Amino acid sequence: MAERPLQIGALALSAGITALVLGTALALAVHAKGLSLRQADWSALRFTLTQAVISTVFSCALAIPVARALMRNSFPGRKALIVAMGAPFLLPVIVAVLGLLSIYGRSGILNQTLQVLGLPTVSIYGLQGVVLAHVFFNLPLATRMLLNGWQSIPAERFRLAETLGLPSTFRQIELPMLAAVLPGAVLSIFLVCLTSFVVALTLGGGPAATTLELAIYQALRFDFDPGHAAVLAGLQFVICGLAVTIAARFVLPDGLGAGLDRAPQGPKGGAVDAAILIFAASFLLLPLAAVVIDGAPALLRLGPAVWHAALRSVLMALASAALSTAAALSLTQATAAGTRWVEAAAMLPMAASGLVLGTGLFLLTRGYLRPEDIALTVTILVNALMALPFLFRLLLPEARNLHRIYDQLAQTMGLEGIARLRWLTLPRLARPLGLGSGLAAALAMGDLGVVALFAGQNQATLPLMVQRLSGAYRMDEAAAAALLLVALSFSLFAFCDLGGRRAAA
Amino acid sequence: MKPIHLALAFLSLAPMAMAETPVLNVLTYDSFAADWGPGPAIAKGFEATCACKINYITAGDGAAVLSRLKMEGAGSDADIVLGLDTTLTETARATGLLAPLAALAPNDLPVPYSDADFEPFDWGWFAFVYDNTKLTNPPKSFKELAASDLKIVIEDPRSSTPGLGLVMWVKAAYGADSANIWKDLADNILTVTPAWDAAYGLFLKGEADMVLSYTTSPAYHLITEKDATKSAAPFSEGHYMQVEVAGKLASSKNQTLADQFLAYLASDAAQAVIPTTNWMYPAKTPAQGLPAGFETLIKPEKSLLFSPAEAEAARQAAVEEWQNVLSK
Repeated sequence: MAERPLQIGALALSAGITALVLGTALALAVHAKGLSLRQADWSALRFTLTQAVISTVFSCALAIPVARALMRNSFPGRKALIVAMGAPFLLPVIVAVLGLLSIYGRSGILNQTLQVLGLPTVSIYGLQGVVLAHVFFNLPLATRMLLNGWQSIPAERFRLAETLGLPSTFRQIELPMLAAVLPGAVLSIFLVCLTSFVVALTLGGGPAATTLELAIYQALRFDFDPGHAAVLAGLQFVICGLAVTIAARFVLPDGLGAGLDRAPQGPKGGAVDAAILIFAASFLLLPLAAVVIDGAPALLRLGPAVWHAALRSVLMALASAALSTAAALSLTQATAAGTRWVEAAAMLPMAASGLVLGTGLFLLTRGYLRPEDIALTVTILVNALMALPFLFRLLLPEARNLHRIYDQLAQTMGLEGIARLRWLTLPRLARPLGLGSGLAAALAMGDLGVVALFAGQNQATLPLMVQRLSGAYRMDEAAAAALLLVALSFSLFAFCDLGGRRAAA
Repeated sequence: MKPIHLALAFLSLAPMAMAETPVLNVLTYDSFAADWGPGPAIAKGFEATCACKINYITAGDGAAVLSRLKMEGAGSDADIVLGLDTTLTETARATGLLAPLAALAPNDLPVPYSDADFEPFDWGWFAFVYDNTKLTNPPKSFKELAASDLKIVIEDPRSSTPGLGLVMWVKAAYGADSANIWKDLADNILTVTPAWDAAYGLFLKGEADMVLSYTTSPAYHLITEKDATKSAAPFSEGHYMQVEVAGKLASSKNQTLADQFLAYLASDAAQAVIPTTNWMYPAKTPAQGLPAGFETLIKPEKSLLFSPAEAEAARQAAVEEWQNVLSK
């Protein structure tokens, strides 16, 4: 079997990921005095699940018409819009929150307009704000995942349906695709929302909006009760495991067969599609515009320390993305070839709390290694790990298609190893690989969780710099550094995404 | 896992070689050691007297400093821990990691202060800060604030030291009646943020009428930005204080040097750096006085402060009370 080494490699990688994610939690669990959950933890669990479910439903339900409209229509700036729509997902959380408040806040554009018109104002603070912010973050991700699905439908299918005069291409062709892609998107977004904490608390309006992740934070900060943090982290893993299991039951092969895979246009949507696209674009791009406007004035006043941090962040992001992409490629190939357990391991990091991972690594390495010495390595590694589930989800549907369609052919031709990767896998997966590695790089750029625990004074990354500036009243410079961060993240993302799409075209 | 081990092993080799000059490791929070914080000037000043080098090890904020101290335990590289406040000192002391001070330097705190292990280096009064061009008649007490329809942003006491300070403030001012104050304040609280910076950012953006910060916050805007539009509202119940302290670790191999550093921290040279870098009051007013602009700040007549032991005893129940009342 040509796939033997692949399977063994993927299983070893899965074991490594599981060891890292669960091992760090265990490093905390050994401090546990008991496995009790408090009353407040149950409320946190309830709120966590409520907001995650509602946010996921809205993000994915809205993504369907948006992705469909993007797929069906060609208009000037379509490509730019697709790439730009990726940006919200890449924003550091607090920057995105401030951007959203510029539009929907108490003194934001929306409420000012409502006041001028003599209409009652609306409040963003509460569950509605949490959901709004999560949709803002995740609608683009869901849209891109679905768009990839639509683009993987061979154009011949639509033409065939037209020739045969089928009444609904949606039911015959698009629905099966959605059935294959949607569970993955739902799962990813549910898991992103599961570990949300800054958004939930800041826009939630008070301690009723406490998520499990905040409870973990509390357990590790003032209380310093690593055991309790481990119990809460364990609860997150259980939910993640359940979600992965449930989603796996719904994933069906789309049964569309092979084609010449040119991007389809499908039937045109007209005015409805135009309205959907205008709504989605303004929903996603207005807060971004606010971030640009807030940050631009102080951009030239940023000191050399900020620029050094920016360079450090870019290099670390590239390293993380490379690591994560290689891992995801290997894991998806193995999953597509039917290796068990790999999928669960690949999704596991999504349920991991950054703080638990960081604290666990800290406790495991203390006494052997100085935190400052391993800060950069740990940050690269953990960011690669945290981005892995996204990449995995993006690659998996197409890796499955690829395997189903070409595996026999490749085996017949004796196409194996590097040659198979070079001539078959990489070209066929170029589009999701570009998108995925771009996402991984951008996510690593924006991460703040782990580096803050380890970094020494002169090892600050750009997000840490933003935090340090805003913690010292320097809100203008913080906004400018945040803009720089967004611009760099977005450039990395766009570079990879466009590269992937060019290679695929 | 293999590449990780290789990388870890490789990186751990790098900094082994160190010069003969003794290095004093100071564990502190980020903004103390930042370029614009007091850290660099204090390090420079001390290094000129000690033939040693100061190395700051940083954690996010006071609470992060404490959790780092607990994580590292007796194996910590740190000689000095700097930046805890008096609501955290009791739990830090309970770790047994601290060594008693050689001497407690005199201070000018508005309340008597004495502690065997921790020396104060700066302090401030918590206060609600507002924009005096938008709010002309600010509330004069928690009760007036609760009766108004003003919106405030506060920090979460479970993740932020100012947030914890506010909970202590209400407890110190109202004791057993504190739950009712929180009940009345509930509809004034626009939202709760995980950290001070998000709360202050929301306030500057115009989201809230007032934000929980310090009486010294307006000095930043006045001195750095020449902006006199920010004021702190004096409350008749008195103002709770945050006293930031430094201590010496028992595991330190540089006990004498650590004593010298703590003595320098209390000196005029170091104390004069504090006001316009940390935007707090120096623990001992330097001979040259406070910088111009500080005389414009409100001076609460009544200062509230729990002793470290009282604060530790009250903390958990007070935070739970806050959480229960506001979760309804």
